[in-house]
Amino acid sequence: MFRRIDKNQPKAFEFSKANLSWAKKQILKYPKDRQQSAVIPLLYRAQEQEGWISKPAIEVIAKMLKIAPIRVYEVASFYFMFHLSPVGKKAHIQVCGTTPCMLRGSEKLIEICKQKISKNQKQPSSNGKLSWEEVECIGACSNSPVIQIGSDYYEDLSEESFSSLLDSLIDGYPEPGSQKKRFSSEPEGFLNSSKIKIEENKNASVELFLESSLLKNTKKVNIRKVK
Amino acid sequence: MLNEKDKIFSNLYGFKDRSINSVISRGQWDGTEKFIKNGSSWIIEEIKNSGLRGRGGAGFPTGLKWSFMPKPNPTKPSYLVINADESEPGTCKDREILRHEPHSLIEGCLIAGFAMGANVAYIYVRGEYVREREALQIAIDEAYSKGFLGTNAKKTGWKFDIYVHHGAGAYICGEETALLESLEGKKGMPRMKPPFPAMAGLYGCPTTVNNVESIAVVPTILRRGASWFSKFGRTNNTGTKLFCLSGHINKPCVVEEEMSIPLKELIEKYGGGIIGGWDNLKAVIPGGSSVPLLPAKLCNDAIMDFDWLRENQSGLGTGAVIVMNSDTDIVKAIWRLSKFYNHESCGQCTPCREGTGWMMRVMKRLISGDAKLEDIDNLLEITKQVEGHTICALGDAAAWPIQGLFRHFRSEVEERIRNKVSSKIAAE
Repeated sequence: MFRRIDKNQPKAFEFSKANLSWAKKQILKYPKDRQQSAVIPLLYRAQEQEGWISKPAIEVIAKMLKIAPIRVYEVASFYFMFHLSPVGKKAHIQVCGTTPCMLRGSEKLIEICKQKISKNQKQPSSNGKLSWEEVECIGACSNSPVIQIGSDYYEDLSEESFSSLLDSLIDGYPEPGSQKKRFSSEPEGFLNSSKIKIEENKNASVELFLESSLLKNTKKVNIRKVK
Repeated sequence: MLNEKDKIFSNLYGFKDRSINSVISRGQWDGTEKFIKNGSSWIIEEIKNSGLRGRGGAGFPTGLKWSFMPKPNPTKPSYLVINADESEPGTCKDREILRHEPHSLIEGCLIAGFAMGANVAYIYVRGEYVREREALQIAIDEAYSKGFLGTNAKKTGWKFDIYVHHGAGAYICGEETALLESLEGKKGMPRMKPPFPAMAGLYGCPTTVNNVESIAVVPTILRRGASWFSKFGRTNNTGTKLFCLSGHINKPCVVEEEMSIPLKELIEKYGGGIIGGWDNLKAVIPGGSSVPLLPAKLCNDAIMDFDWLRENQSGLGTGAVIVMNSDTDIVKAIWRLSKFYNHESCGQCTPCREGTGWMMRVMKRLISGDAKLEDIDNLLEITKQVEGHTICALGDAAAWPIQGLFRHFRSEVEERIRNKVSSKIAAE
């Protein structure tokens, strides 16, 4: 699928100090003269920093990896997780629309996105904070319907819980994971019926969200309490 | 039904303490050095005897695959690559292993890597699994700090390193040669075979690509013995397997069960039954989006293993069971898969690049019945033109769900077209 890079480009791109030293370590994972292998991780880090992949970012990465910019550009345009134009500043909501999620109501979630965010995919909302996109299977089918925001999955959604999730994104970062009080991918109600002792507070993905730097300066919203 | 004590993934849902010391106290990493001392041919023989078949979809015998690797050569290193690019719609089993059972995978990598003479493993995790990748990296760091990985891994004298790599949202990178291209920093376009990766894979060196689940079960198989593993399931379909239940069931879940478990038992016991009851079932896709569906009448006796499903013109694939009850617009459900394949075609081979678009557009017309009866045969003709005429299996995977639909539901689609025609005439 052919995708074009945005017409409006920033003048320059620079990795932050922390990201630059991280990037240099990544390159060392691969054998000598195979530094091109690091192109996807570096592009993804650039996107995490800026929100999207710009032409200057492509050029900087090409220089770091000692390859032609076109080699980086073709990778950026081939893989769908790379945004070639700006997305919502606060959150880009990726709604899974493939059959397993569709069977459990993802079309309704897309309708809510159209009403609450913007009519068209990848078009930021009028205040520039949110944008949305229908994506293909993101691999959490036993917790469908599911959406992804940044690094996190919000699972077992209903129209109501998704709607309040969007509201709480305005001033915080709601807790990801199952929105139906499941721990992870166990059958619903398994926790009440089984004798297994629960030794961890959260599943690994939610725990890593809670530990992430994202939360240090901003308010966390527990949307499970929202009725 | 599989006993709790026979489950390989005892912490699949992540309830139990996930730190390495607890993992060790539950028996993981026990005796790894002994297996390595027994030598690579012993390991490969055990895995062959266990009957383990690849859990990524194709079901190729894992031990046999390892035995294809050439003898170690100092100028050309061998690589083990783990395919954690889990993207087949309906499949979400490897995600649970990556985040809740990462040490099974890491220990499995060390054993498998040693067996095939590889000192390095790359784990290619799909781009969307960011937290899962972080969880895996934490576990790898723990293993290094215990000396289980590194220059003298688990005091065996074997040097072994694991690196986590990731993709960025391309289904095609689950195809092993596309994955290798992607790992080399290129577009994920499948390579022509031969040469197979065991001869020329990553960076042109001998490489074996294995699914996460196939490798994660290896340590337990060696600990409990090949005969323990092979007593589950029917001949040629042995072992335990992770099944992912999704769609119109009361309790969607991921669960480990015996191979050859009846489909009905799987859905009723773990999935809490079908929404609206068993009689409300319309069809099941038993192995992820790429396999043809099974209509309700076949589901009563269906057995979840490679051979039964193949005999019934479907497949076990990844063990992802997508259930559709009678509320489903089955044509629309399959159209959505066609849309998926059209979106994910890498564009390298013309039959797939163009054919997936044609299939998607004809399927779209069939949803509303705004089509001619001949369109069905034209569509099937396209699927035949794509199937088998592409470098990789994505073309086949796009064709099969449509062929499955018309094998079992052709009359329903035809009726839709006739109704549309008669309502148009009535309107005139």
